[in-house]
Amino acid sequence: MTQALTHELDLPRLDRADAGPARLRAVGLSVGYGDHTVVKDLDLDLVDHAVTTVIGPNGCGKSTLLRALGRLLRPTDGHVLLDGKRIDKTPTKQVAARLALLPQSPTAPEGLVVRDLVARGRHPRQSWLRQWSADDERVVAETLAWTSMTELADRPIDQLSGGQRQRAWIAMALAQQTDLVLLDEPTTYLDLSHQIEVLDLVRTLNREHGRTVVMVLHDLNLAARYSDQMVAVRDGAIVAAGSPDEVITPELLREVFRLDARVIEDPVTGKPLVVPIGCVS
Amino acid sequence: MTVLAEPQTAFVARHLTIRTRVASGRVPVRAVAVVLAGLLTLVVVFAWSIGTGDYVISIPDVLAVLAGNGDPAQEFVIEELRLPRAVVGLVVGASLGLSGALFQTFARNPLASPDMLGVTDGAAVGAVFVIVMGSSGGTLATGVNSLGVTSAALAGALLAAAGLYLLAWRRGIDGTRLVLVGVGLSAILTAAVSWMLSKAVIWDVPAALVWLSGSLVGRGWHEAMPAIWALVVLGPLALVLTATLRALQLGDDTARGLGVRLQLAQAGVLLVAVGLAAFAVSAAGPIDFVAFVVPQIALRLVGGSRPPLIASAVFGALLVLLADTVTRAVLPYELPVGVVTAILGAPYLLWLLIRTNRKVSA
Repeated sequence: MTQALTHELDLPRLDRADAGPARLRAVGLSVGYGDHTVVKDLDLDLVDHAVTTVIGPNGCGKSTLLRALGRLLRPTDGHVLLDGKRIDKTPTKQVAARLALLPQSPTAPEGLVVRDLVARGRHPRQSWLRQWSADDERVVAETLAWTSMTELADRPIDQLSGGQRQRAWIAMALAQQTDLVLLDEPTTYLDLSHQIEVLDLVRTLNREHGRTVVMVLHDLNLAARYSDQMVAVRDGAIVAAGSPDEVITPELLREVFRLDARVIEDPVTGKPLVVPIGCVS
Repeated sequence: MTVLAEPQTAFVARHLTIRTRVASGRVPVRAVAVVLAGLLTLVVVFAWSIGTGDYVISIPDVLAVLAGNGDPAQEFVIEELRLPRAVVGLVVGASLGLSGALFQTFARNPLASPDMLGVTDGAAVGAVFVIVMGSSGGTLATGVNSLGVTSAALAGALLAAAGLYLLAWRRGIDGTRLVLVGVGLSAILTAAVSWMLSKAVIWDVPAALVWLSGSLVGRGWHEAMPAIWALVVLGPLALVLTATLRALQLGDDTARGLGVRLQLAQAGVLLVAVGLAAFAVSAAGPIDFVAFVVPQIALRLVGGSRPPLIASAVFGALLVLLADTVTRAVLPYELPVGVVTAILGAPYLLWLLIRTNRKVSA
């Protein structure tokens, strides 16, 4: 935790007045499955070089939003813009060189070792002639080192603990060497210490390697602790967006989560901490 | 060009890395060793297969004939009878092994193979239709006969594969759904074959049954050429798809995140896999279990996370050629090669099902 504290000192500047438009944006975005619209006419600019977390109750459309941002879902209306260009009009391999994404609970084939999984993150940078360049080799070795996976590099994924497994997958996304990384519930099914392990890694990505991270999390307190920006979503629309202090308020918790709660200062980080009282009837 | 063995802390170098100015790649050392050993065995079995039979020809004489300066009688036996049959065995085995490896990687399921998913059964429907209807007399028979058993089998296999793709497609192809639909399709087509056999004139049935058991008897250059061309064209395409397969293996969303054009990649893999199987089966009949068993054997020999393509082709060729030579030269009477591969493959299927079942219930 001491490590987490020291990182509070070098928060990136989030005042965007001096910056250009965000690299990843949703403009009038609507997404749905069949006739059912999940995300409705949503506008969102993801702050560059920040960790942004999308929160909201189950079925609010936060995963759908993230999948649309990662061009896994085609918008029914509006656009996702990557560097000012429509993401669905950009060749998918070019997108993959700028934006990495990790789906919810991905599964690795039996027998695949960590090193080979991470090497597969190099796919967007390879062609059928250039399958294993010196660059590929160097980046995979560096990525393994950053994610403290070097020791485990020759172990099959199916023999790792949940936290190690998730770190291996994050390492794969990292080996893609993209400025933007999207993570869909990276802490699902992990116990608390493994959640912290994964989120510390996410913070390192952002603070030390300058990656813009957009993720979906369920745990509000962890989201508040690890995020620079939070986006609260209900019924496919954004209810609030801003710093954790701005977003995590008793009023918002009541409105978005139907939760009666007090918000106090986290004694360790100074970030907002949610103490639930009960459900709003 | 530089060839370097990756520095490793553990045991020995695991990969052979090859880099030139325009191309680079790496292969596991073990895969190279396994493939070389397989090829060496294949050469020996090939020479044995050509030399052995009712009329025995020594291996030096076999080599002399292949080099173009042998005894005319031996030349006839080898070039007209044994060589084409051995080549059909080789090509069919390699195609089936490769096809199975592609199917299994695509579906992320060791049960997926053209003989399990109805592609082979489609070929059987086509072939049996021609054999049974061809002798019925009348205008239909003339038309059917002009089509020929080989082309009918090919058409049947491709139609079954098209049906499989359409039935399994639902905004993309899901591996599990592909297997379930394929097993159902296979059952329907098998029933169609049984129905045709029950309606057939009795003297046509033996011919149909021989075709159905998969046999290299009497197979010559006429049957070999289409299968050879299919392997020459589709084999390299399969190798080009290797990188795509590696990404597809991680799941649809991850593959798309890595920049794979999912629908195109899936259709490409299936097309190559189906083409290889269809041409192989049309040349030699359904040689059971080769496409199903060989990729898994190759996977266990080479190691790794997916059936290796080249090793699957080599061991497929080896299995079919060996089974055919054994039934021709060692067994007291000649069995269709498909019967031999089925005898070897069925216990493996049972083992696989039991093992998978245990893992699920564990």
